[in-house]
Amino acid sequence: MNFKLKIWRQKNNKSKGRFENYTIENVSSDTSFLEMLDILNDQLICTGQEPVAFDHDCREGICGMCSLYINGRAHGPDDEVTTCQLHMRKFKDGDTITIEPWRSGAFPVVKDLVVNRYAFDQILQSGGFISVNTGGVPDGNAIPVGKEDADESMDAAACIGCGACVATCKNGSAMLFVSARVSSLAKLPQGKIEAKRRAKAMVAKMDELGFGGCTNTQACEAECPKAISISHIARLNREFLCAKLQD
Amino acid sequence: MSNIFSSSIGKKLIMSLSGLFLVTFLLLHVSINLTALFSREAYEAACAFMDTNIFIQIMVPVLALGFVIHILFSIIITLKNRNARPVKYAVGNNTEASSWAAKNMFVLGLIVIGFLGLHLTHFWAKMQLQHFLGHHGENAYELLTRLFGQWYYCAIYVVWIIALYFHISHGFWSAFQTLGLNNSKWIPRLQLIAKLYAIVVALGFISIPVYFWFGLGQ
Ligand code: FES
Repeated sequence: MNFKLKIWRQKNNKSKGRFENYTIENVSSDTSFLEMLDILNDQLICTGQEPVAFDHDCREGICGMCSLYINGRAHGPDDEVTTCQLHMRKFKDGDTITIEPWRSGAFPVVKDLVVNRYAFDQILQSGGFISVNTGGVPDGNAIPVGKEDADESMDAAACIGCGACVATCKNGSAMLFVSARVSSLAKLPQGKIEAKRRAKAMVAKMDELGFGGCTNTQACEAECPKAISISHIARLNREFLCAKLQD
Repeated sequence: MSNIFSSSIGKKLIMSLSGLFLVTFLLLHVSINLTALFSREAYEAACAFMDTNIFIQIMVPVLALGFVIHILFSIIITLKNRNARPVKYAVGNNTEASSWAAKNMFVLGLIVIGFLGLHLTHFWAKMQLQHFLGHHGENAYELLTRLFGQWYYCAIYVVWIIALYFHISHGFWSAFQTLGLNNSKWIPRLQLIAKLYAIVVALGFISIPVYFWFGLGQ
């Protein structure tokens, strides 16, 4: 397969970026999207040009590092996959593919397609944890958890923190990410103890870092590679409002 | 309660509560309008009720306040949300899931208030306001016949109500989501209820100009 690529190139955070055009030929339809970029980078290096910088790590859809906005969709044209799990067979031969970094004020571009998602870590540090006193490892089944609660919690915990929700939301809102973290802990007895403080602290951090507010467009849930439901956003709203009203 | 309204969710709480208040008002408004389909007397009686009832008189300024709050917070929230993405994408969002209404709530809202101004000067200022001021306004039924006898007025009115339909079809369920009164079972149900509610309200309003345009008024 042959493709025309329009890729965002930006030297560093300070410089002004622009799109560069490339062509790539004879790519197998079974090539993954990132492998296609590897091939392109090989060609660039061989001709003495600067390779395209992009984030990736596990390449099996579990780490949340890969983060490309492809033809107007976070993680590209396939549903419920990360960019690393996307294959070239999802495109048509001869397509022009536009590749952009996540666009969000809270995710500054580091270089080319790489953005700094430290804002997500900051939100987690503000409350996305359970405080545990040190001591022996507790017995696995000492605290019973209902099946439905466990399932709901696990669904939310599937979030890999890639930031596709922010990237795709017209408001650049991080509500799906925050709600997944709050929800996965709120459903478990271990997490309930700090639930109020957690919801308040994480929402405050999210606002402070400049993420937008949710207007319930559902774009995030459609582009989330883990298909996390906006029902978790309803739970976050509930947790937050109850906590605030009791203050 | 400490500084709840400085948070993004707190501001949206205001949007959802004021929005729900406004859609409840619309149901009352459309019911009053529909009396015009029965008879001139029924409509005039309904108007007299709206002009003189003490509860309605108290609620009119509250309603105005509801509009002001809803509009004011929509501007604050929209500005903040726009700032969250200083550099825009070159290729517009191609996600198919979000409804057109959901993505265009602010624009739809602008259309609604734009025509609302027109509506208030053409109807409200000549009807209820006159009574509040102690004057005798133009006969309400005559006013309907006169304004809706003009095709362009009917057209403007219908466009306005269609914008309102889209605004409510998203806003109604969205309000419950923001209040946290939602879950995976209720999301599709509330979305359906929102659509039905919006259809009932919109068809109710649109039926009036259609009725008078076809000369069915007495
Ligand atoms: S590289 Fe790990 S999820 Fe894509």
